[in-house]
Amino acid sequence: MASSTISSSSSSFINQKDVNFPCFTPKCCKPITKNVVSVMAPQQSQRTPSSTGSVKNGMTMTEKILARASEKSQLRPGENVWVNVDVFMTHDVCGPPAFDIFKKEFGENAKVWDREKIVIIPDHYIFTKDERANRNVDILRKYCTEQNIKYFYDIKDLGDFKANPDYKGVCLAQEGHCRPGEVLLGTDSHTCTAGAFGQFATGIGNTDAGFVLGTGKLLLKVPPTLRFVMDGEMPDYLLAKDLILQIIGEISVSGATYKSMEFVGSTVESLSMEERMTLCNMVIEAGGKNGVIPADATTYKYLEDKTSLPYEPLYSDEQARFLSEYRFDISKLEPLVAKPHSPDNRALARECKDVKIDRVYIGSCTGGKTEDFVAAAKVFLASGKKVKVPTFLVPATQKVWMDVYSLPVPGSGGKTCSQIFEEAGCDTPASPNCGACLGGPRDTYARMNEAQVCVSTTNRNFHGRMGHKDGQIYLASPYTAAASALTGYVTDPREFLQ
Amino acid sequence: MAAATFSSLSHKISISFSPTPNKSFLSYSSPNLLNLPSQTPNLPSLSTISPKPSLSLLATRPRAAASDVPATPATAFHGVCYVVGDNIDTDQIIPAEYLTLVPSNPEEYKKLGSFALIGLPVEKYPTRFMTNNEFSSKYSILIGGDNFGCGSSREHAPVALGAAGVKAVVAESYARIFFRNSVSTGEVYPLESEKRLCEECKTGDVITIELAESLLINHTSGKEYKLKPVGDVGPVIEAGGIFAYARKAGMIPS
Repeated sequence: MASSTISSSSSSFINQKDVNFPCFTPKCCKPITKNVVSVMAPQQSQRTPSSTGSVKNGMTMTEKILARASEKSQLRPGENVWVNVDVFMTHDVCGPPAFDIFKKEFGENAKVWDREKIVIIPDHYIFTKDERANRNVDILRKYCTEQNIKYFYDIKDLGDFKANPDYKGVCLAQEGHCRPGEVLLGTDSHTCTAGAFGQFATGIGNTDAGFVLGTGKLLLKVPPTLRFVMDGEMPDYLLAKDLILQIIGEISVSGATYKSMEFVGSTVESLSMEERMTLCNMVIEAGGKNGVIPADATTYKYLEDKTSLPYEPLYSDEQARFLSEYRFDISKLEPLVAKPHSPDNRALARECKDVKIDRVYIGSCTGGKTEDFVAAAKVFLASGKKVKVPTFLVPATQKVWMDVYSLPVPGSGGKTCSQIFEEAGCDTPASPNCGACLGGPRDTYARMNEAQVCVSTTNRNFHGRMGHKDGQIYLASPYTAAASALTGYVTDPREFLQ
Repeated sequence: MAAATFSSLSHKISISFSPTPNKSFLSYSSPNLLNLPSQTPNLPSLSTISPKPSLSLLATRPRAAASDVPATPATAFHGVCYVVGDNIDTDQIIPAEYLTLVPSNPEEYKKLGSFALIGLPVEKYPTRFMTNNEFSSKYSILIGGDNFGCGSSREHAPVALGAAGVKAVVAESYARIFFRNSVSTGEVYPLESEKRLCEECKTGDVITIELAESLLINHTSGKEYKLKPVGDVGPVIEAGGIFAYARKAGMIPS
């Protein structure tokens, strides 16, 4: 389902090579080459017999992490193993059912496997009058108290998020729960975001979660890895969101099903942690099981003040075998959007300039981090004009909200994001939470309650995703979203940034 | 309070019952074997094919209630099918606004079922999966295309389908988390087809699925289709879900 509008420049920077890898089940054998343009001679990536005399095969990062977590010295894709979980995360939507299942299966008086390895973050349906939603946070609190959960980011005062010292919003990485080499499972498909830290992180359902709560283990099948090598200097009108939209458009929404996505290359190394998180965040939109980026100095710097727990990063072996390798010359990429109604419906932003829009949404774990807001502010600053459509800003976490109100934007003469947003006529930044990314209860701020066209920095644009069944969502980077807000049409940010 | 280690947990915790629906008809053998049934138990087979949608699973499925008696195993599914296309995502299966419903609550479980597939666009699916005020659909078999269940990890998706009365899904391929959730919960039996059955079958066709032969029979068109063997998850499905499987494997006490 890759977009049919692959630009003329795409052929010069895509090349793909298929390494035949033994598949162990029908599920991982789906051919993935159907929509890919191959323009260069295949490169040698299989190890030659002379390069190693050892019996052991090289493993990819994902294979190594799962091997260590399942206490095995060697693993191959396709194997099913019981994996030790380092951190388990849940939230207000899935927490209550997960705990209910845990109690049903392990007993009313059962205790969780480790009260310090569980992170509970109410973040989905928080600022709403919906009684069931509010009740679910109360249920979470009851369980956390019962189980003496160490990391419960509680919220009691729904009217003023700042009145709750513990409440954070979407905050796993920020609170230091992501560490290289670890296994993180969460009841949210975007748990894969944490792969940016060089760990195995993936989403699971409530029943699996109930199992993890009781045992600290889960049966997982080892995925083969797709490798994405990105080189070239990142142009100043591109963001990580454009990179991942490029990839999803290339391999389709099922291109990475049951597979791991490994992102390497000089461009990736140049990305900040937040940008790396954006990249890994949408791995699930390609069907991916998990995404990984090798930990490096950038990672360690980020973690310095956030965690005191020791960690041991793992890296893909030289001789690791990848299912396929894709290479991109990032310097040739242009700003992209994913048109309705699929994240792989890739198109150039400039080719959609006649699409009139009704609103812009900047928020979510994908595009509502501090750097995302700074990026949007840069575009508004460069323009100096006001937005032409309602522009909703929803910081992902409390810290992001505070940054928006306190961090000076480079080149602005000391103005904060919030000041720039106000001058541009955007809505006041809202209470931090997952917000309208997934619609939610009817009174959710910025929920799409009418059939409108929206440019959004979020992660999915399926029918009804942000609320209204006939809504049309264009997924985009914060640069593109801000540019579009200024014109009232889908707009390439180079209109303002160059 | 000291955190219980996994091994000490197994000595301290007692398991009260196994509520997961039991679709097993084989005794557990080994976690790594790809098992297809070598013999089917003596169960009454469906001798007359009736178009009545109420004639369905042989297995009963205890839902949201303790059951000390294991359900009778399933060897076949029979009912009327509802056909959908590719990339049916979880927002279409159960839109986010309904996720405040907690499935472990019997009342809310039932309500969840009433919203199953409500997110399907009307223009593409004028025949709705369920009409207003229904809690159970007349369609008990879902036929889909590629990448069924993509999107969110919400377990509410297979649960809503199961609550609405869907017994089995037959898709060309699945998104990983949805497939996993179907297996772990036992709410719907996830089967893979060899061909694009979403183009071969029409909503309203009467279907029988014979699990032992991996066969789908469309009585309305008179055609038969081979299904793919269930694969690595066979033992988990056969055990009746992740908890039952773990008990059989000795990972958690029975």
